[in-house]
Amino acid sequence: MSHYPLLAVLVSLLAAGAILLSDRRPNVREAWTFVAAAVKFLLVVSMLPTVLAGGVIEATYAELLPGWSLHLRADLFGLIFALLAAGLWILTSIYSVGYMRAGHYTHQTGYFASFAVCLSATMGIAFAGNLITFFLFYEMLTLATYPLVVHDRTEEAVAAGRKYLAYTLGAGQLLLLAIVAIAVLAPGAAFQPGGFLMGKAPLGVLGLVFVLGLIGVGAKAAIMPLHSWLPAAMVAPTPVSALLHAVAVVKAGTFGCLRLVHYVFGVDLLRAMGADTVLAVAAALTILLASVRALGEQNLKRRLAYSTVSQLSYIVLGAALGSTAAVAGAMFHIVAHGFMKITLFFCAGAIYVKTHKLEIPDLAGLGRQMPITFGAFTLGALGLAGTPLFVGFISKWNLGMGALQSGQAVFLAVFVASGILNFAYFFPIVYTAFFGRPGQAMRFDEVGAALWAPLAATAVVSLILGIYPNAGLQFYHLAWSAAESVMAGAGQALAGGGTP
Amino acid sequence: MTAHLPVLIVVLPLAAAVIVPLISLASAKAAFAVACLTLAAAAVASCKALSHVLAHGALRYELGGWAPPWGIEYVVDPLSGGVAALIALIAVCVVVYAGPQVNGGSSARGGMFHGLFLLLVTGLLGIVLTGDMFNLYVFLEISSLAAYALLASGGIRGTVATFRYLIVGTIAATFYLLGTGYLYALTGTLNMADMAVRLTAVMDTRAYGVAVVLIVIGLAIKAALFPLHGWLPDAYTYAPAPVTGFIAAVMAKVSAYALFRVLYFVTPAEGASAQALMLLGWVSVIAVLAGSILAMAQQDIRRMLAYSSVGQMGYIVLGFALGTPAALIGSLLHLFGHAVMKGCLFLAVGGIRWRTGIYRISDYAGMGRRMPLTMAAFVVAALAMIGLPPTLGFFSKWYLLSGAVEAGAWLFVIALVLSSLLGIVYFFRVFEFAYLKAPEAGQPTPPRQELPLHMLAPILVLTAAVLVFGLLNQQVVGGIIRHALPGALAP
Repeated sequence: MSHYPLLAVLVSLLAAGAILLSDRRPNVREAWTFVAAAVKFLLVVSMLPTVLAGGVIEATYAELLPGWSLHLRADLFGLIFALLAAGLWILTSIYSVGYMRAGHYTHQTGYFASFAVCLSATMGIAFAGNLITFFLFYEMLTLATYPLVVHDRTEEAVAAGRKYLAYTLGAGQLLLLAIVAIAVLAPGAAFQPGGFLMGKAPLGVLGLVFVLGLIGVGAKAAIMPLHSWLPAAMVAPTPVSALLHAVAVVKAGTFGCLRLVHYVFGVDLLRAMGADTVLAVAAALTILLASVRALGEQNLKRRLAYSTVSQLSYIVLGAALGSTAAVAGAMFHIVAHGFMKITLFFCAGAIYVKTHKLEIPDLAGLGRQMPITFGAFTLGALGLAGTPLFVGFISKWNLGMGALQSGQAVFLAVFVASGILNFAYFFPIVYTAFFGRPGQAMRFDEVGAALWAPLAATAVVSLILGIYPNAGLQFYHLAWSAAESVMAGAGQALAGGGTP
Repeated sequence: MTAHLPVLIVVLPLAAAVIVPLISLASAKAAFAVACLTLAAAAVASCKALSHVLAHGALRYELGGWAPPWGIEYVVDPLSGGVAALIALIAVCVVVYAGPQVNGGSSARGGMFHGLFLLLVTGLLGIVLTGDMFNLYVFLEISSLAAYALLASGGIRGTVATFRYLIVGTIAATFYLLGTGYLYALTGTLNMADMAVRLTAVMDTRAYGVAVVLIVIGLAIKAALFPLHGWLPDAYTYAPAPVTGFIAAVMAKVSAYALFRVLYFVTPAEGASAQALMLLGWVSVIAVLAGSILAMAQQDIRRMLAYSSVGQMGYIVLGFALGTPAALIGSLLHLFGHAVMKGCLFLAVGGIRWRTGIYRISDYAGMGRRMPLTMAAFVVAALAMIGLPPTLGFFSKWYLLSGAVEAGAWLFVIALVLSSLLGIVYFFRVFEFAYLKAPEAGQPTPPRQELPLHMLAPILVLTAAVLVFGLLNQQVVGGIIRHALPGALAP
């Protein structure tokens, strides 16, 4: 029994309460956010050595349903997500304070409180040891994000909020149905590398359950055609888009997807059902179609949103391919995409705060006015396109290797095509910014340090991780170990003939 | 002392119902204090009886020393004890909420209110604890008459709605009485346990079938099961807030309890009762959906909640109809959970109307700032109604869903999921108005007007119960509900 995972969940939940009580004193209120972010990060990092050494840190609390307790467990895969979210929360908090104050936003107390609750839910998702715990925090994340999406209280924001709820809560009900069915088939089962459902029911029944569960997590992972809430939700303030729509919410979806495929069903069961091909094709189509759609968007945030839709399906595709390298690549891409995409969203926010421009043709020449911002943007874009020396290359290399290992070289072509499309929709932005002809002369006029420092930091990190993928928090090592444990578990499940 | 608990639970509020209006002529505060203390005593007694029963088995009390099956018997078993404790505890919350001066009326009217309220609680506790079919009818009428008087005190529209309820309710009680008469003619007994033994011999007769149909219809009207729900929305809408809070929370539940008691403990499992349950299953699927759809169409928040209750009664009956252990656990947990959640919602909404006069959903703009704690309680209870974890409403839905999945009743599964989605629609509409819409431009921002403590505290206690019992639902399920299942299904 170790309570570290629970503490990591609770610290920001308690902070949310403190933030609400400090409504009238903004500096005290923001201090709570930073204290909670720092404590949370330290708690998560302190679990790293044990988990790297092959241990798990877990504890069970109140029994929620027969055999299913509130079970929190830090394993290899969960820790990847937790480290990423906790680390980026610190940077996002700095950025948020700068952004919200520079933009003179109202309702900031509710904003920071909801943000803290979101981070609690994200930790809970990362550390969930079984499906009921996962579902509890998954729904909590949906609810805590809703106030952030509708933050502006405009007609457009309210409409986006409705769309968001319709997709995520609707999908949540299907996920619930899948979890109920799994509870009937395998009562009280915890997540297990390699899955635990093999042989529990006829393939047809399991296939139906898989589809329900996949829709449940796929809506948050924005797999087409369940993606359209994500571009709509871009109406939220940019830090929200950055952390929640590039890191926490959508990554919770892809994280759930990997958990469902490799810790509940198992890749062999998936292949027996034929679901791996279906999932892979859906993901590949999402990658390509969303990239094409991104080409057609003239609004920067919406283009980034479609880019996110496309990149998330890298992870889903990696999960579906199911070879060691593909799974490792998918898990690592959660981190890689997190750092790169948050850089781009931070940049979009910085541009908006400074110039109130988000249409791409209006950005002409801004690279000379805001060199740090656009420099970081360029690094992030290069990374997302999978250029060597950037973190995006590492995950894409592994995903491509995985496609070959699974004997499905066609998906390697998808990754390559997507890389080209990434260049096609990012580089016009970079070109316009640096070489476009502005209406007036441009002078150096960068945003405040609270805004540029976080985005420079994430850009630099995505460069460092591209050269030394194990630097600092050992993400690459964690991803490979997790992938290997999943494969070993799958082997055992197969050897055991599916008996529990 | 413990041996007398079953009757004490009923007699205490009955005695107080007579005394309290008299005391109120002298002092409203004293009358209020007596009412509170009596209900608290009844709550303590029922909790004590429940814990005794869980440890040592059912408590039986022979009224007046006449041995059953001739005399009237009061029985506390885990089922009746649990429901009695629920009624008494909610009654305590509501009486504190109502306070000494109900609706700012004179102290004599306050005394009448408390007297009638105590009588209503007496009736409901009697229905739950009695082991006698005819005695159940008597208590059904006591509770109904008290309820009519209370509901009618909400102004002229309340009086009209109550008159309608009076007619429908009397018909329902008559159905029940006729059915009981048939059973008495067939078996020669009115004691439930005795009747259960004797009915197996006559279960093939046509008269038995008719009796089951009459009783089921009577109780289904009382439980406001769609399409027999017509009396409920008006009655709930125009009554004073504390009355609605209590009646919406427990009154229909007690009828559902009676339905469960008769169909699972008195009548034989096969034959007419099984057919009745199957029919009730289909009806309740329609009820679940129709209640939710009608709730979406309402502009008056009280009517919205009332129609939502119609749908939720469908949940409870649906579990009875499925009849698997998981589904029955779901029903009983929902019976408990819905009482807490709906009580909380109606008390919150009633408090908002009492404070601001607002009851239309479209007027709720800015309510999140005007009454933050009351609205927060409303939000938590509403999320529980939708069935989101970790609230109590999620876990009852879980058991119902898993019961339906186990039984392969896919239509029921679809109905339950759809109803949650519809619940999201009508509750988030309220959230949008309360939190996202600013009050109309030009109007001064209304000040913060939170409820006084005696009204807020019961609301917050119920809100906390929604969350705490959600996380601790295994204690409720394993400790009480599993023991309350009918013999063949209990562990």
